[in-house]
Amino acid sequence: MRWGEIIRRLVLVPPTLFGVAVIVFVLLRVVPGDPISMMISPGASEADIARLRALYGLDQPILHQFVAWLGQVGIGDFGRSISVRQSVFDLLLMRLPATLELVLLATVIALVIGGLAALTGILLRGRRAEWAVDGGVGVLLAIPDFLWALILLLLFGVLVPLLPISGRTDPQIDLDLHSNFYLIESLVRGRFDTVAALLHHMILPALALALPFAAIIARLLKASLAEAEDQDYAQVARARGYSRPSILLHEVFPNALIPTVALGGVQITLLLGGTVLVERIFSYEGIGNMAIDAVINRDFPLIQGLVLTFAVMFIALNLVVDFVVTLLDPRLRHG
Amino acid sequence: MAHSVGVLNMMSSLSRRSILQLAGGAATLPLASGLLGDGVAHAAAGTLTIAYNVNLPSFDPTVGLSAVNPTIQSIYQSVFDPYIAQAPDLSFKPGLLTKWGWNDDRSKVMLELRKGATWHDGSPVTPEDVVWSLQRAADPKGGNPIQFVWSKVGNYKVDGNTITGDVLEFEPTLFKWMAFLTGYILPKAYFEKVGAEGFEKAPIGSGPYKVDAFERNAFLRLKAHSGYWGPKPAFETVVFKFITDPTSRVAEIESGGSDLTFEIPYEEFDRLKNKPGLAGQTKPVSDIAMIFITDIDPMLDRNVRLAANHAIDKKAIVDRLLKGYGVPISTLEAPGYAAFDPSIKVTYDPDLAKSLLAKSGYTPDKPVKFTIQTTRGFKPKDYEMIQAIVGMWRKVGIDANIEIYEIAKHFELRAGHKLAPAAFYNWGNAIGDPSTSTGFAMFGPSPHCAWKGKDLVERIGPLWGEKDEAKRIAGYKAVDKYIAEEGEVIPLFQYVQPIIHKKGLKVVAQSNGMILPQLISPA
Repeated sequence: MRWGEIIRRLVLVPPTLFGVAVIVFVLLRVVPGDPISMMISPGASEADIARLRALYGLDQPILHQFVAWLGQVGIGDFGRSISVRQSVFDLLLMRLPATLELVLLATVIALVIGGLAALTGILLRGRRAEWAVDGGVGVLLAIPDFLWALILLLLFGVLVPLLPISGRTDPQIDLDLHSNFYLIESLVRGRFDTVAALLHHMILPALALALPFAAIIARLLKASLAEAEDQDYAQVARARGYSRPSILLHEVFPNALIPTVALGGVQITLLLGGTVLVERIFSYEGIGNMAIDAVINRDFPLIQGLVLTFAVMFIALNLVVDFVVTLLDPRLRHG
Repeated sequence: MAHSVGVLNMMSSLSRRSILQLAGGAATLPLASGLLGDGVAHAAAGTLTIAYNVNLPSFDPTVGLSAVNPTIQSIYQSVFDPYIAQAPDLSFKPGLLTKWGWNDDRSKVMLELRKGATWHDGSPVTPEDVVWSLQRAADPKGGNPIQFVWSKVGNYKVDGNTITGDVLEFEPTLFKWMAFLTGYILPKAYFEKVGAEGFEKAPIGSGPYKVDAFERNAFLRLKAHSGYWGPKPAFETVVFKFITDPTSRVAEIESGGSDLTFEIPYEEFDRLKNKPGLAGQTKPVSDIAMIFITDIDPMLDRNVRLAANHAIDKKAIVDRLLKGYGVPISTLEAPGYAAFDPSIKVTYDPDLAKSLLAKSGYTPDKPVKFTIQTTRGFKPKDYEMIQAIVGMWRKVGIDANIEIYEIAKHFELRAGHKLAPAAFYNWGNAIGDPSTSTGFAMFGPSPHCAWKGKDLVERIGPLWGEKDEAKRIAGYKAVDKYIAEEGEVIPLFQYVQPIIHKKGLKVVAQSNGMILPQLISPA
């Protein structure tokens, strides 16, 4: 049954993306401010403005522009960026890996911190120290990612300057890599010095994204662990003499994981959204940073490409979460 | 996402202030521990790192959005040569062109190309490159936003290193444009060989630095061009780190990650310049703050316009909001511009403002009402400044409602003559010519003009084609005087650019606001 649900959602992907495309396309052209008005130089006449508008195809009716753009997208051509003057698709291919690697690293960090906090909290259940863990998790959750970014920037960039606070790599180093997945490629090729250099730059933005997410994982997992620990099977195991840590790890944890993945997995979309500001603060060269420039410059083709990319990632993420939950939960697998 | 930018701006300034206050003296630790010393040693080793405030979207300096973005020109002028160079005081000097001028009846232009200049690939810069660059810029289908200037000359002929062209329509500022936006010479043969896409991937110019590595939205690394015709740059390597968030730029210079930064909040500038290992300098630049007045009700009333002018204490705004970093002005010509006239004064006189309003039947109890539009966070303290002005106006009998908009909306409204009666803006004029300040800002047919009245169309119109330069400048001074007497715009102040750098560097600041690495050297 669950598989059927996944297939149904897959079928809904194209109309969903079409809807997103329509909304972003129309909104961009209805909201005041277009790239030509940003480009008009002193002395330009009405004819000069009209010439520029025609050059970028913005003189056509919205419907005409939309159909032309949709036709291009259908064959994998997202158009040409007005500000960067390159293929939007190429730009996305160049920058998306940086964001994906950042999100991946942030997720790993969040899982480790959140998992440890949840397990520590549950082990300390009923004691005063549990409050300290819960309080710490509350602090992580209360501060948004972009504020964490500023705090980390000042803390580890200025006060105790241990880590670089801008960019993805050291400008003085030539990486000599073939793909834009710098971190993954370096790992695969065993270039651990490059891995270390990349992590050196990525750790602060990844941590800023990870901390609020870690708090969400900690809360969800701890609540699930507590609920599972109170179930009969855990109590029976305890009565049979198994130690509590062993029960928690081997019996309770796998069951508590399902609701955590189901609810927490979806929260990764927040992490993706957070990259926009965090990448900007750390001058990280991902699509989040590029999105802000695109908006400032009213770069319609680039904004459209970016929004569609974010939409695809959000949909894909939700599908992956559903898929993983289905794999983890035999009740869903067997209907 | 636009909302996010606003949030970022707001949170950056708020958290920056509060967090740094909390940090207090601890912030001096890395500086005292010699961290910045490493940076200076880093600089002495031949690399200069600049924390730059905007990203570089495109390498072609003659086409598209980035071609008309003044902030990017520092990078372009590091890699490409403009036709004519500009000195730090806005005056013009030989660049790739060693001589330029009109014939007597202004029907021809003459350009003389420097001998011995080379492109970054070692090939010579030729007169054909100059002609091709000018023709490409003038092509209506080429996408050059200043095409209307370049198209006024054509039919070029080459004789040795001298190029002549026919004036198709007289443009008095033609040679001034050759020092600024889109006024760059590009390599004909190379460009035709690699195409526009190839040029974006591997650009070459004839400037003091050549492109070595580029990571979009992250950094640009340049290496000194060994065949450069001008003085050898002091630094072999220059890195522009694109750090668009001002908070991050401040942190970057404090952490020692960069040697120089600029366009930071004035409060931060005052704090940083007194830190061990850092030095600060300021320079008034060719960028002014102003309020456009649109000729719609109630601004059709001269008394209201003049009262709005006389009620503003510009010095107080500069002193209190901008920490003294600004130069109050009375016309759209700032000190250093060709038509600057210090004798034109619009004084702060709230009593005069009250009496003017009273003549039109307005008092503080029965004020005249209109809307003033402003950006928030686009320029330092823009919104706060307008709040202060609205407070000053209220005291004399003007009740202004503040409307916040994004800069892109401002451009569109202005082009459509749909701005509110008053609208804040900052106007750059890197070539310092009155046509590119008063001319375009106040001449009705210009899409940049908010005051469409015939009075100024009649006064400015004849100056566009004026061939006598002294007469042209005098004409603009007279127009500026008339505008001040009629209150048809509200000039506020000239911006001052704050630059923070490591001690041990000598930085030559430019009046046009450019930060040129070729003008930076170890002290």
